[in-house]
Amino acid sequence: MSIGQVFLGLLESRPSYGYDLKRSYDERFGQDRPLHFGQVYSTLSRLLKHGLIEVDGVEPGGGPERKRYAITGAGVTDVQRWLAQPEKPEPYLQSTLYAKVVLALLTERPAAEILDTQRTEHLRLMRELTQRKLDGDFTVQLISDHALFHLEADLRWLELTSARLDQLATVVRS
Amino acid sequence: MTASERPSGDALLAAIDLQKSFGATAALAGATLRIRPGEVVAVMGPSGSGKSTLLHCLAGIVRPDAGRVVYAGRELSALSDSERSALRRSEFGFVFQFGQLVPELTCLENVALPLRLSGVRRREAQRRATGWLDRLEVTDVAGKRPGEVSGGQGQRVAVARALVTDPRVIFADEPTGALDSLNGERVMRLFTKAAKSSGSAVVLVTHEPRVAAYSDREVVVRDGRTRAEEMVA
Amino acid sequence: MTPGGTQPELGFGGGEHPPRFPSRWTRDLTLGARLAFAGGREGWLRTALTAIGIGLGVVLLLGCAAVPNILRAHTGRVAARADDFSFATTDLPRGDATLLVADIDTRYREWNIRGQLLQPEGPRAPLPPGLSALPGPGQLVVSPALARLLDSPDGALLRPRFEYPVVGTIGEAGLLGPNEYAFYLGSDQLEEVSRGPIGRRIDHFGAVHASQPLSPMLILLVLIIFVVLLLPVVVFVATAVRFGGEHRDRRLAALRLVGADGAMTRRVAAGEGLLGAALGVGLGIVGFLVAREFAGVVTLYDQSVYPADVRPSLALGLLVVLAVPAVAVGVNLLALRRVVIEPLGVVRQAAGTRRRLWWRLTLPVLGVAALYPLSPGTDLRDGTVAQIQVTTGAILLLLGVAALLPWLIEVVVARLGTGSVPWQLAMRRLQLGGGTSARAVVGVAVAAAGAVALQMLFGAAARANTVSTGQDPSRIQVEVSLIGQDSAQEVTLLHRLLATPGVTSGYGMTHFSIVDPAQLKPHSQGSQPGIWDLTVADCASLRQMLVIDECADGDVFQASPTGAPDPTDPHPGERVLIGDPDQPNAPHWTIPATARAVRSATDASGLTYTGLMATPGAISGSALPRPGIVVDLRADDDDPDAIERVRNTAAGVDPLADVTSLRATAENHNFAVIRRGLAIGALATLLLVGASLLVGTLEQLRERRRLLAVLVAFGTKRTTLSRSVLWQTAIPVLLAMALAVLAGVGLGAILLRMVHEPVRMDWSGIGLITAAAGLVVLLVTGLSLPLLYRLMRPDGLRTE
Repeated sequence: MSIGQVFLGLLESRPSYGYDLKRSYDERFGQDRPLHFGQVYSTLSRLLKHGLIEVDGVEPGGGPERKRYAITGAGVTDVQRWLAQPEKPEPYLQSTLYAKVVLALLTERPAAEILDTQRTEHLRLMRELTQRKLDGDFTVQLISDHALFHLEADLRWLELTSARLDQLATVVRS
Repeated sequence: MTASERPSGDALLAAIDLQKSFGATAALAGATLRIRPGEVVAVMGPSGSGKSTLLHCLAGIVRPDAGRVVYAGRELSALSDSERSALRRSEFGFVFQFGQLVPELTCLENVALPLRLSGVRRREAQRRATGWLDRLEVTDVAGKRPGEVSGGQGQRVAVARALVTDPRVIFADEPTGALDSLNGERVMRLFTKAAKSSGSAVVLVTHEPRVAAYSDREVVVRDGRTRAEEMVA
Repeated sequence: MTPGGTQPELGFGGGEHPPRFPSRWTRDLTLGARLAFAGGREGWLRTALTAIGIGLGVVLLLGCAAVPNILRAHTGRVAARADDFSFATTDLPRGDATLLVADIDTRYREWNIRGQLLQPEGPRAPLPPGLSALPGPGQLVVSPALARLLDSPDGALLRPRFEYPVVGTIGEAGLLGPNEYAFYLGSDQLEEVSRGPIGRRIDHFGAVHASQPLSPMLILLVLIIFVVLLLPVVVFVATAVRFGGEHRDRRLAALRLVGADGAMTRRVAAGEGLLGAALGVGLGIVGFLVAREFAGVVTLYDQSVYPADVRPSLALGLLVVLAVPAVAVGVNLLALRRVVIEPLGVVRQAAGTRRRLWWRLTLPVLGVAALYPLSPGTDLRDGTVAQIQVTTGAILLLLGVAALLPWLIEVVVARLGTGSVPWQLAMRRLQLGGGTSARAVVGVAVAAAGAVALQMLFGAAARANTVSTGQDPSRIQVEVSLIGQDSAQEVTLLHRLLATPGVTSGYGMTHFSIVDPAQLKPHSQGSQPGIWDLTVADCASLRQMLVIDECADGDVFQASPTGAPDPTDPHPGERVLIGDPDQPNAPHWTIPATARAVRSATDASGLTYTGLMATPGAISGSALPRPGIVVDLRADDDDPDAIERVRNTAAGVDPLADVTSLRATAENHNFAVIRRGLAIGALATLLLVGASLLVGTLEQLRERRRLLAVLVAFGTKRTTLSRSVLWQTAIPVLLAMALAVLAGVGLGAILLRMVHEPVRMDWSGIGLITAAAGLVVLLVTGLSLPLLYRLMRPDGLRTE
């Protein structure tokens, strides 16, 4: 997950000033690590350069913080592709998945589908690991089990989140 | 849904747009599922989503309010109760979470029971049952009663019983639900191995991902509807 | 947990102050009582089942406790209206306080109707009990039951016999039971004939009753009947207390988990049993009172009982009310002895231990030891040691059946493993949980063993009590007899009887006494005058009584069993008096010299006539006084109402006419009463046993609802499981019957030896009992099928 993808998602829900973007990000995804303004503006300029966002309007007085940004058609396509594509299952994936779900909810996309897609991907990997475990020696079994338990934890989180999507939507959209 | 109009094709067992309510609560509200010969399908979903009801409908135990269940070209709802019973005896096998072994019979007799219900002679039935106990690595409990064996052993006996008639479909409802992970894994390993080797399809209802990982693919039931059925083809 | 907030607070107060002894007891007992209702609908149901079961037992026990009073009341009622004092020593002179009575009992269909003719001889004549005034001549007082019968269409054939105005109803005091048929008919035609059949002179009703003592055989029967009926009831009560026992054990385990100790759980269990028992006793008392009201409705073998007479004696009633809860608590604690209730569950110790044979054998051996030494002809009346010995012996033998049966079931079932699937399922269930079913069928076994013994006793008693009457119904079917006014009346009677529809043929005769005046003259004290019989009948009738070839009107015969007349008999040519020699105008008759000596035959009514037999022509048709008239009739075999019409005709001629329907045998009345008691008791017992078997089966089915659902998923057929239920019920019952027949025959043989009767097997009785037990099995299976089918629906698979 990159800051840029999150910004794109946030901008798709509504055009924003850089300062507002930082605040939204910090509130929803930043946890203990707020963004530096420098990161915000370097990300925004990279997105501008790739044509994924555009400047929607400028407040009189100048300075980057007075510019309002909006997403372009290419940006929406980029968000769509990112959301639809399952993440490679790995430990500590939650923050990315969480961001995806929140952004899907913000942009009124079917968040449940994202979770289902992810579940399928997780199970696919779990199947592979299970197969490896069944074919492999004892060491392989232990290592596979370790991975399997972590993936299972992710999957359980996916299940839980699926079951509580409605609740999450009201929180996110408020 | 285009899926519901499609003929069952290469599917051995197909449920098409099933509806079923118990009183005011709808357990199934348009569930569609296809099982191909020999494949292991995990049916997943939260509690109360209708997984078990789907399984009961597929197995011809419960008659759906609407929709069709087609097994090997025959529509189950068109069969009489005794015909469906006969089908379950000869073509299907069952594994449940608990309380499925007759407590008075020995493990061997429990495994031989489905064969005897189908009219196989006692000696022959017990011979075949012994073979299955062996494949599930529970030969040593053959003479014991279910109350005297561990949960994992009992569950493997139950699996042996489900497989003893060489069924074409085995329905397993939370087969490891009452077991710890180690025993659960062992049951699943032996179960899927045995089912694969005898070519039986398995419908595996579970909420445990690690158990579902023994399947070939999964189907998610949520609020009585199946998802992701046609996405993985 | 429990909806409705009925969950009792489980305070054990273990911490601060250990409560003192009595309060601890009350606390634990109360907790147990409250637990009996905990657990919502299921808990209620369980307690209700126990209470109903115990209630049924209490009803039966109270009924038995009332038997002495019923008998006492019956005896009292019989004594209160006694009017036959013919064994009294002094003759009663006619006075203004005397009454003439005569028995005019009759029968209608299968019912006896008690009838008395009453004729007061003065204004202070005694009143029979139940009457407010004596009926006038030709007036009728009837019992309520007879009044109903006469009013109903059923009584149509009876009405012609009672064409008198009904002036009153017999009150309760004058009847043996509410459904007794009885009447009093006023008369002015009676004459007092001392010790004679026409009328008895009395000055009071009622006697200090010395009832006919029962024979030892009958006492034996009554004793065994009580043992046989009460033991299964006790067994049933013990079973009823354990309804839902498994649930209870689990509940107690939960109590241990929150800190109750062993003693506490036992007290809690006792409290639970006590509550069920107390409720059961209450239900039983109510049930008994209700059932008592119906006692008046039931009539069996002419006998009915007033509800007020069904009163348990105080001692026995108290015993029932106190003993039943005691048994309940005792059984509860005894059951806990085999169960170790641990905080985490219930451990049954019984599983490992085999049932021991030796102590189970001790009981029947002791029983035989008690019975066998009793020598034939032992005095068995009340209070004798022998009576106690017989009772204990029989109880021990029957308890032996109860004790041996679980062992037998265990041993046999262990060898019956293989067979069809239903058979296998049933056998295995019996092998593991045989104790429960054994408990239930113990009742059947005890009842059946007793019943077999009783049937054997009955067989013997029936032979001993069925007197051959000597009557030959193939020759005549009805005999009408009366004391006539004159010999012409015979002709009228015969005429009217032959005109009665249904009568096909008949003949009549008249009997007289004849006296030798020569012997009469030196009438000395202590020596009776020579009195002989004279029978006047036509030749057709005489052929029935005598071995003769030729007969013509005018002939006279002298009959004797050997054909050679006794030398003291009057000789042909002798002049004799006919009728009562005290009558001044008694006619004289000279025995014709042509009188022939012949051998007498036995007539159809079983009598052998001796003495003089004359054709009417020989008596020259003189109107002879006070003849004994007998008319024998053949009736249409296919017309069951013929006998009723004959009775009507006869009663029209003379209410005192006696109509007898001839039978080859007659049964002792006491015997019939006992047999009826057994039939009712055995039925009630079997129903009780059936009920406990049914409850056990239903409980077992309900506990296995999930397993049943799984078996259905496997495609198990209904018939397979139904048959398994059938076998599971049938095998213990079958074994119970086998043991019961064995023990019953043994007991019967010992008892028969005691009363000097040859041992004979009563196969029909055994068959009947076995059939009844089989019926119970089918009934239990049939009644449990609806639940089985309901549980076989897939709902059982839904665990949540």
